[in-house]
Amino acid sequence: MRNLVVAEHDGTHLRSASLSCLTFAKMVASVTNSDVAWLVLGHGVEDVAAEAANYVPVIAVDSPALAHPLAEPFSQVIAYVARARRIDVLSAATSTFAKDILPRAAALLGGTMASDVVRHELVDGQLQCDCPQYAGAVTATLRLTGSPQIATVRASAYPAAQAMDSQAHAVEQLQVVPAMLTARAQYEGLKSKQKSRPDVTEARVVVSGGRALKNSQDFERLVGQLADVLGGAAGCSRALVDAGITPNELQVGQTGKIVAPELYVALGISGAVQHLAGMKNSRTIVAVNSDPEAPIFEVADYGLVGDVYTVVPELIEKLQYHAACATG
Amino acid sequence: MKILVPTKRVPDTDQKIVATADGTRVAVDHIPYVINPFDAIALEEAVRIGERLGESVEVVAVGIGGEGYEQQLRTALATGAHRAVHVVCGQTLDPWNVARLLRAIVEWERPQLVLMGKQAVDDDASQTGQFLAALLDWPQATFASRLELQGERIRVERETDHGIETLNLPLPAVVTTDLRLNEPRYASLAAIMKAKKKPLDLIDAEKLGVTIDPRIEVLRYRSAETQRRCERVRSVDELIERLRNQVGAIV
Ligand SMILES: Cc1cc2nc3c(=O)[nH]c(=O)nc-3n(C[C@H](O)[C@H](O)[C@H](O)COP(=O)(O)OP(=O)(O)OC[C@H]3O[C@@H](n4cnc5c(N)ncnc54)[C@H](O)[C@@H]3O)c2cc1C
Ligand SMILES: Nc1ncnc2c1ncn2[C@@H]1O[C@H](COP(=O)(O)O)[C@@H](O)[C@H]1O
Repeated sequence: MRNLVVAEHDGTHLRSASLSCLTFAKMVASVTNSDVAWLVLGHGVEDVAAEAANYVPVIAVDSPALAHPLAEPFSQVIAYVARARRIDVLSAATSTFAKDILPRAAALLGGTMASDVVRHELVDGQLQCDCPQYAGAVTATLRLTGSPQIATVRASAYPAAQAMDSQAHAVEQLQVVPAMLTARAQYEGLKSKQKSRPDVTEARVVVSGGRALKNSQDFERLVGQLADVLGGAAGCSRALVDAGITPNELQVGQTGKIVAPELYVALGISGAVQHLAGMKNSRTIVAVNSDPEAPIFEVADYGLVGDVYTVVPELIEKLQYHAACATG
Repeated sequence: MKILVPTKRVPDTDQKIVATADGTRVAVDHIPYVINPFDAIALEEAVRIGERLGESVEVVAVGIGGEGYEQQLRTALATGAHRAVHVVCGQTLDPWNVARLLRAIVEWERPQLVLMGKQAVDDDASQTGQFLAALLDWPQATFASRLELQGERIRVERETDHGIETLNLPLPAVVTTDLRLNEPRYASLAAIMKAKKKPLDLIDAEKLGVTIDPRIEVLRYRSAETQRRCERVRSVDELIERLRNQVGAIV
């Protein structure tokens, strides 16, 4: 079984979620006694390719046409490489990048696909994948019939692969015909909020705020600052995205980002199933809510009934004091 | 301009959903069905485009599946779709086969825009729109939070993990919707009455020349166990103490 992992990167570094997907691919490879390669696509990706080569061999396609992650050229190149290299299992970490591009590549290949795999098994050479459905209320075990088999893989369900300390693997620069790089969609830009904090999917601690937070100043002062004190990321429920208080990239949930940090702190979030789908596998969950009946308490390890406007400032102050004592 | 809106009938996932004890299916018998929320958003957007551009716009809702579909398609008509098509198919469908059937409908109807949900909240696959775009060889924009028609083109703001990305696509195209695009209206009683007279066509899946070719087989379903024993702490000090001593989550 030949395995190809589409690397996601920011132009300089691999995103850590891709390393979890690599673990998935290596697990498949070890059972089937086969190999794994990265596919790195983009423009000016020498650094990313070099970093990726610390793990497994790399196929890199570098072109100005791939400077932005457009579905058409990306899926065309992925399908071409998968076909040319007779790939059996094609995967990428679940993200908006992979959800946009991988299914399109899958259809070009006439393959079969599982979304957001959290566990897998190989039975007679076919993948069987556990995939959460119904906002995480059930997990379905799917058998993929057909070839190639394509999967997006939930990063929090697999540990990150470790780099080899011996010599790096080869990087193969692949040229593709210009026709493969054409896109009818034109890229006009990306509006991204300047971020000083880690991404919710990459942090050890995530502090999330819900509708209890009335405006962006309060969100920053309470959720943002608590995240900073705990050295974590700030996240939110859909309610705050809809209200325009927070940008969508902070949203945790069924239709946002799925996180599983060491510690998840939910501040003024009721605990709708769609939100729980994105955080219930966190190691430890703390909820602060003024309503003792809020469903968020059913998935929490520690619950504090109270007003976030009084609880959080006190928490921040006391944590800062503890930290000062610890260092002082 | 014709806008095709695929609408899936799904159990209301705000209800508690579990797998049956034998794991063969999801226990949905007692659960009300709704139009997939993302498709309701797609439909709302199509109807708004029609309200802005006038009579030149025709909105066609299409649902693929068994008997119950009529109810959701009537709701779609009451929300403002001009016509509905029910592709009757009794077999279990996966996104690949839905996309193949949708391609056949697109070839039949020749819409300039397919506007559909970014994911169905039952299978949570988020595949069908992208499959369809590939099968049709049309450009795609997924996870749209804002649309703007500009003659023969469409400008789409889309929600990505790293911010709002803007794409500009020529039509025809496939666009999938995210939650923030709009807030769907409720159909008025008058609209529901009027919808009873709107055309709802039935067509057998076989007549479309597509043989269902299952790619995914569900071997079993398992309910997720989420219950934790929540310890109620009474003060911030107690919370900090638990986190430090019992969890080691903070230094
Ligand atoms: C198809 C679909 C997909 C969705 N996807 C997502 C998703 O990915 N992520 C997501 O989060 N949501 C999602 N939603 C929305 C979800 O259903 C809920 O509406 C949303 O999560 C509610 O956010 P909330 O808990 O912040 O707000 P609310 O439900 O309004 O809860 C606010 C909570 O704050 C508490 N509170 C109020 N004031 C205070 C105070 N001063 N101090 C302490 N507590 C206070 C209240 O008791 C309440 O429990 C989706 C919905 C649909 C239909
Ligand atoms: N049986 C169906 N009938 C009509 N549309 C469907 C059907 N299944 C999926 N779709 C469309 O495909 C979208 C994505 O579904 P999925 O890929 O299953 O997450 C949905 O939001 C619908 O617009």
